Amino acid sequence: MKEPLVFLSNVSFQYDSQERPALNGINLEVHEGEWLAIVGHNGSGKSTLARLLNGLHYPKEGTIAISGIQLTEETVWDVRRQIGMVFQNPDNQFVGTTVQDDVAFGLENNGIPADVMAERVVDALNKVNMASFLDQEPHHLSGGQKQRVAIAGVIALRPAIIILDEATSMLDPRGREEVIDTMMKLQDQEKITVISITHDLEEAAKADRIIVMNKGEIYREGTPEEIFQMDEELVELGLDIPFPVKISKQLREKGINLSRHYLTEEELVAELWTSHSKM
Amino acid sequence: MMEKMIIGRYVPAESVLHRMDPRSKLIIVFLFVAVVFLANNLWTYLILLGYTLLMAALSRIPARFLIAGLKPVLFLVLFTFFLHLFLTKEGEVILEIGWLSIYEEGIRQGIFISLRFFLLILITSLLTLTTTPIEITDGLEILLGPLKKVNFPVHELALMMSISLRFIPTLMDETDKIMKAQTARGVEYSSGPIKERMKAIVPLLIPLFISSFKRAEELAVAMEARGYKGGEGRTKYRQLQWKNTDTMMILLLLAVTALLIVFRG
Amino acid sequence: MDISLQNVEYRYSVGTPFEHLAIADVSIDIPSGSYLAIIGHTGSGKSTVLQHLNALLKPTKGTVLIGSREIKAGRKEKNLKGVRKKVGIVFQFPEHQLFEETVEKDICFGPMNFGVSEEEAKRRARAAIFQVGLSEEILEKSPFDLSGGQMRRVAIAGVLAMDPECIVLDEPTAGLDPRGRKEIMDLFYRLHQERGLSTVLVTHSMEDAARYADEIVIMHKGKVRKKGSPKEIFSVPAELLELGLDVPEVVRFQMKLEQTFSTKFEKVCLSQDELTDMVASYLTGRTSL
Repeated sequence: MKEPLVFLSNVSFQYDSQERPALNGINLEVHEGEWLAIVGHNGSGKSTLARLLNGLHYPKEGTIAISGIQLTEETVWDVRRQIGMVFQNPDNQFVGTTVQDDVAFGLENNGIPADVMAERVVDALNKVNMASFLDQEPHHLSGGQKQRVAIAGVIALRPAIIILDEATSMLDPRGREEVIDTMMKLQDQEKITVISITHDLEEAAKADRIIVMNKGEIYREGTPEEIFQMDEELVELGLDIPFPVKISKQLREKGINLSRHYLTEEELVAELWTSHSKM
Repeated sequence: MMEKMIIGRYVPAESVLHRMDPRSKLIIVFLFVAVVFLANNLWTYLILLGYTLLMAALSRIPARFLIAGLKPVLFLVLFTFFLHLFLTKEGEVILEIGWLSIYEEGIRQGIFISLRFFLLILITSLLTLTTTPIEITDGLEILLGPLKKVNFPVHELALMMSISLRFIPTLMDETDKIMKAQTARGVEYSSGPIKERMKAIVPLLIPLFISSFKRAEELAVAMEARGYKGGEGRTKYRQLQWKNTDTMMILLLLAVTALLIVFRG
Repeated sequence: MDISLQNVEYRYSVGTPFEHLAIADVSIDIPSGSYLAIIGHTGSGKSTVLQHLNALLKPTKGTVLIGSREIKAGRKEKNLKGVRKKVGIVFQFPEHQLFEETVEKDICFGPMNFGVSEEEAKRRARAAIFQVGLSEEILEKSPFDLSGGQMRRVAIAGVLAMDPECIVLDEPTAGLDPRGRKEIMDLFYRLHQERGLSTVLVTHSMEDAARYADEIVIMHKGKVRKKGSPKEIFSVPAELLELGLDVPEVVRFQMKLEQTFSTKFEKVCLSQDELTDMVASYLTGRTSL
């Protein structure tokens, strides 16, 4: 079997100012090309986990390896070339005075020659559908557009992994859709591995695998289908249940025969149709 | 009110000055500041005036725009004029009004010095009118480059400038939002006694300070995540290009300097 | 207290090159004790409308009536405190307005600006802190030592302590997790019901609009596109989709079912219970035929 792209072994972390560890004994593997969603309520430790992966903090215990490189203060810059991160607040990660300057920022930091940079900036902006905004200043962009520029800034560096750290939580529904669609397209076309940290379960339902965090620990891990069978347990964890699951459950209670909880409305409607049409 | 201030605002246009390298423009402005002090008689001032007007024409920025924009600083020029007019006590007395007497030298000095002041303002605003702030930053960073050898933080300074430029509109928005939120909580910003209004500043400044602090922190994390580790080993996306025009424009100013030296009294 | 916007127009930066029209010909009535939701895209003019509700902006045309106070375009308006005392606004990310040393002082800030005595303000602060679901000990803490969710609640308490007759909410749950969102929305609904507080909710969430509001206004490109009860608004989902807006999940699901079964249910359901009841009886009826 292929070596995992991200490998965490027994990782713990504690902020100096806090009494409880923010992360406790985390074991985790992420494989190439995978879309992993990490969910949990605010304060469950999911964002801390993201920061550890990028060497913004170092674990108090345990080891982290990215693409086979063990993450230490010596290797951190190599690791950061492998992992791109998109943060929550669209404004506070936009460094450049214009769209193209911002996309170029990461390339400049990595000493990419100017002529290569020019190509990559345009290429990256094309991929997120923002190429016509080259000279636009950030305060003229919507939140969704700013986040797409942030994604372009990340993919211009050709990372193996992109971490979305609640990247859609401050956006309106339209912006959220723009960002998720862009990421799904990229994952598909560029074979980028995505780790999405979120409390939006509709978004998590699109992942290949979900990890539920609670009190700094991995509470449950599984496919979206497996996770959403958890039902009320999710609500107790401060999360929500996706709509199709709620409906399937209620229909079952009201005497409709359904073989399982459905994750998408399409599946559910199709099932209802096949089981109730030929009578 | 701010819309009419022209100093520091970039006006896009197609002109020789717009196309010039920011480095040559900066060099010219610095040189001009020194050269202005060579002028000391009618001829030399006329040469300087001619040169400045030529530059203004080359910028292709509409004259009415230039004039309207310079209005706010005009009073400073006038102030300089009157200051010299009244305080210089040399040469013949031209006019006496009560205790006030105006001397010939006063008029001369008043005109020359306020003209000098006016020309300086015009030339520097031509720089900012035809050069985007980010170009100026880039130009300064390269020109000040040699200072790195004495550990002067040139790169950091340039980065700070460009980030400030980037965040000015964001902070203006933020100020507006917080002002509105506090107004809704009963604070009066636009009316009331001065003392009350001074007090109203606190609920505005503290949130603004805290949010800027948070922004700065988040920005620093984002920059680090994107591989920023200082100026070392960094390449530049924006490449400056020194063209023949740039050399010629500098030669032109040198020629003007030579003329000034010849004609000064 | 009734609030009413009559043919309101607002232009930003009048007389400068940056002048632009934000809203035009907007008429909205908010009778005392009602719950109104305003929905629309970012830039549709909803925030501009909101700021007219307590005279943060004054119309460039038309009239705004807030209780007995009339605010007319082109007139100098003085002493608007009386209006602002009656209409409390919870802005988006209200925690950004906190500034005092302690939570208690911050909550007291609004009421005391409106002339409430310190003693009374403190009493209100205690009541408000319980209302938003926090405990008394928090009053002595610095607002900046709290978690994001707690800060949000403190900011809301600061508005509630002003004891307004109408409360205006601008995306009050933005950035919160699902539990936090539900708790905040339930809190406002409870206040609305128990105290008859007029409530105006500006939101992107069709779910919230459908669940809580008696009346919905849809803004589009600076104009009121449609007004009506949630039933009326969501019974023609196509219209909303045309504007690029969402419909509640329940409605969307019903549409999909209707399409697949090529049928049309007699009503549009706005709650899950209602929907599953209807679907269950429809399906059982179908199989028993």
